Amino acid sequence: MAQILPLQIPVPTPKKPWKPAPIAMIPDLLILVGAFLVADATVALTGFKGKLAIFFLFALYSTLGSMALAFFRRGATAMSNAMATSMAYLSIALVALPLFSVLLTVVSRGRHALRLNTFTQDMAATQPDAPFSQGGALHAILGTTVLVILATVISVPIGVLTGLYLTEVKGRAETLIRFLVQAMSGVPSIVAGLFIYAVWITGGHGGFSGFSGAVALSILMLPTVARTAEEVLKLIPNDLREAGVALGGTQWRTVVMVVLPAARSGLITATVLGVARVAGETAPLLLTIFGTTAKHFNPFVGPMSALPLYIFQLLETGLNVAISRAWTGALVLLILVSVLFTLARFVGGRVKS
Amino acid sequence: MANGSLLDEQAPPLPREITTQPRFSDRVFRLVITAGGFTSLLVLGLIAAFLAYRGLEVFRTFGYHFITNYKWDGGNPDAGVKPSLGIGAMLIGTIVISLVALAIALPVSVGASLFLTYYVPNFLRKPLTILVDLMAAIPSVVYGLWGFFVLMPHAVYWAKLLHKYLGWIPVFDVPLPIFERSPFIAGLVLAVMIIPIITAISREVFTQVPLDRVQAAYALGATRWSMIRAVVLPFGSSGIAGGAMLGLGRAMGETVAVYLVLNLAYKANFHILFSSGGSIASMIVNKFGEASPFELKGLMAAGLVLFAITLLVNYLANLIVRRTARTGR
Repeated sequence: MAQILPLQIPVPTPKKPWKPAPIAMIPDLLILVGAFLVADATVALTGFKGKLAIFFLFALYSTLGSMALAFFRRGATAMSNAMATSMAYLSIALVALPLFSVLLTVVSRGRHALRLNTFTQDMAATQPDAPFSQGGALHAILGTTVLVILATVISVPIGVLTGLYLTEVKGRAETLIRFLVQAMSGVPSIVAGLFIYAVWITGGHGGFSGFSGAVALSILMLPTVARTAEEVLKLIPNDLREAGVALGGTQWRTVVMVVLPAARSGLITATVLGVARVAGETAPLLLTIFGTTAKHFNPFVGPMSALPLYIFQLLETGLNVAISRAWTGALVLLILVSVLFTLARFVGGRVKS
Repeated sequence: MANGSLLDEQAPPLPREITTQPRFSDRVFRLVITAGGFTSLLVLGLIAAFLAYRGLEVFRTFGYHFITNYKWDGGNPDAGVKPSLGIGAMLIGTIVISLVALAIALPVSVGASLFLTYYVPNFLRKPLTILVDLMAAIPSVVYGLWGFFVLMPHAVYWAKLLHKYLGWIPVFDVPLPIFERSPFIAGLVLAVMIIPIITAISREVFTQVPLDRVQAAYALGATRWSMIRAVVLPFGSSGIAGGAMLGLGRAMGETVAVYLVLNLAYKANFHILFSSGGSIASMIVNKFGEASPFELKGLMAAGLVLFAITLLVNYLANLIVRRTARTGR
């Protein structure tokens, strides 16, 4: 009887023959370093000024250098390939540059006026150009909170129902509704504000109020919630629905007790993404809640404030101190939005935003 | 057979009625969901109806001159000056700044999405994608603040360079050397705001490129760029076009950021580097504060025009994107 020996196969170390050897990378590195030095020299010797000039000249020189190298190594096709590679790197740099610039400026300029009283006081008794130790954004933070909660209460149920219509009912109007939701996500925010103004405020149903602002925000929030809800409901396997029906459940029992609980985390993501979408909206609020400097809790009567509006109205004053306060407001708003955004990623995992 | 007789003794069960009709509870359920689904139709219809209703008087007074007239004059009833309202200059301005934004954002976005799909080292792919998504979440008032205080000084310098060396092209010419708050700067800020949208959609399309064609191109000895030109761009072109249209629609409706960085002037201006431009959305914010009741109606009418344009642009965008999805090419 032949004995079965354990197979002794040597495990090959994976090789990557397409990877250039380190020594072949030296000319590429030299080109990068050279381009940087020449860019520096150009800025020092000619009329170009500043770090951005170094950046753009570096991009130009390194592109030209790598193109020349590729041409001498492998000809014209390789040269156009080298150019495309440089362009791809340049594009991502051009995307990242403004983003980091925005984040850095908001933090560096926003921290000057950031005090504890930013979160504990309002501007009712404070002039915009008073010292930073007086006044704060409390009324705006409270206003944003109230508005966002109201907008969520209005738009999330409708958004989820729309998502359910597109995935569970699949009625005759499915294509139409999907298109309309898309179209609605393209409605300019100012138009949503104008619409509420036309209905509510000139319509004689009372003046400016937080509630009208919340309705305007929910118009903007609805498509985001509906689209994300549709995406996550599509991810629920059909087996679950079939199992629910096979156990004798009616469709509504199946949806309410099986499908929606299974999609819970996705639906939370949908909500958070919607909130992140509207938390920074300014234009519709200008026409609906009007803005105030005091704390105001009742959303049904009288003007309210909100963080974006607070920033905007401080900017309008044109005073240096007020502008510093506006940067601080931007910092608070940005932190709020980033937290919501991270939360959406964290809860939702793989759902697209 | 004992078992058989046992069965025989029992009465046969009545045949159950089989029906495809949903139960009453389900019918109510489906009705509720359908009602929810049709909310978007209702809201869009109401927006159009109310803005048209409020703006009717203005449309009736000025007719098509409302679109073609450049002047926006609220009039003065005491002095007997009749109002003359027109959004021609603002309409042209809106199109100009959106096109400037698109011209800047489109190549950068396509390049960035190509980078994120085909060039990026694996460990950087996820963080960079998240960063681009985060860019879409930054509020527009923050972009406006940044655009005014940080971007503007740089952009004025670039505008001067463009004017100095390319000034013989009519678009880059200026009647007076004032470069602040120009359509070019508004376009730059808008470009930053729509880059994440176009990038996300192009990336989505590029990830759907059939892998077999990509590998076939590589197997034939194509460089990465030859592969992209032969396979990815033909496959993704209409997706890119759709994304660009969506970005254009977003740029046209942007309000606060443009308001902060653009000098509104009621003149048609095609010199993009010159400090004079227009945007319907910003005009609404600008005029809203001190508008007379009649001017308010004019603003409603302007809002309706803006609404109609963005709907049209969005419709075209969807048409293009959907055609890509259907034919896969």
